[in-house]
Amino acid sequence: MKVRVLVRLKPGILDVQGAAVKRALAGLGFAEVTDLRVGKVIDVELGAATAEDGRARVGEMCQRLLANPVLEDYTIEMADDLAPRRAVR
Amino acid sequence: MRFGVVVFPGTWSDCDFHYVISEVLHEPVKYVWHRDRDLDDLDCVILPGGFSYGDYLRAGAVAGRSPVVEALRDFVARGGYVLGSCNGFQILCEAGLLPGALLRNECLQYRCQSTHLVVENVETPFTRGLRPGQVLTMPISHGEGKYHADPETLRLLKDQRRIAFRYADAEGRVTRAANPNGSLENIAGLVNPEGTVLGLMPHPERAAEAALGSTDGLLLFQSLLGSLVEDGSFLKR
Repeated sequence: MKVRVLVRLKPGILDVQGAAVKRALAGLGFAEVTDLRVGKVIDVELGAATAEDGRARVGEMCQRLLANPVLEDYTIEMADDLAPRRAVR
Repeated sequence: MRFGVVVFPGTWSDCDFHYVISEVLHEPVKYVWHRDRDLDDLDCVILPGGFSYGDYLRAGAVAGRSPVVEALRDFVARGGYVLGSCNGFQILCEAGLLPGALLRNECLQYRCQSTHLVVENVETPFTRGLRPGQVLTMPISHGEGKYHADPETLRLLKDQRRIAFRYADAEGRVTRAANPNGSLENIAGLVNPEGTVLGLMPHPERAAEAALGSTDGLLLFQSLLGSLVEDGSFLKR
């Protein structure tokens, strides 16, 4: 089972990295960018009997290690949700 | 007092702490590998600075779940002392032994410089030899030292007088200009409710000999050693 975890800084926490990237984009002429925040993608493959079980286990992983609840929010996407999301190059 | 200096893959201040404890303070000290769980023969465990596990995922995240840090919970419950400096502070926060978290410096730069710290609480084992308002000089060396806590946690830290040090200017004034990393209210170090666990971003081990420009780091160790002495004899846990 493939599960994708998206980890991002909570709203209200200043993302200095995002601010720097936004400034760099403005320097390249992308002045229309009004906000930009940088997060992390963690792809997990695991064995689980059902999608619900898999989601629950990955939720535990997020609670205990993958995200820091003081700073970060996370969302969990199951493989089915991921299918239409093909990389664009 | 028996010290243990924890070594993770990627730790870099372990030898400095070991040197200061053995050669400057002449106290017994040994290295503790990150897989060790046996801390029974120690009075104080040091979590040194560095880049444990390459800072992967988040600074201190993987180390904060390592066997030795799991064993630290019992060690702290038994009354053992823990000093975490720099990456050690990040590890203590990631492990939940201290509240809050450390974020990337607001300036986005790695900061390696001398800082002044004003002493706020002198009733902890690590600060009892100091005066309130005393200014210490110690270096910092980090890219992720901006302390963050939610407003409720911050209120608790203040109510319980758990903020040990704040970044200040040479006169001890807590100003924005004296804040090297954007840390919340200039917080540089804090303790657990019992005062037995201290985390701070500055490096006391790099301010322990006159040749290095400051011996203020020694004051933390001397406070700690003094806190075990009562009526001229060492108190054993």
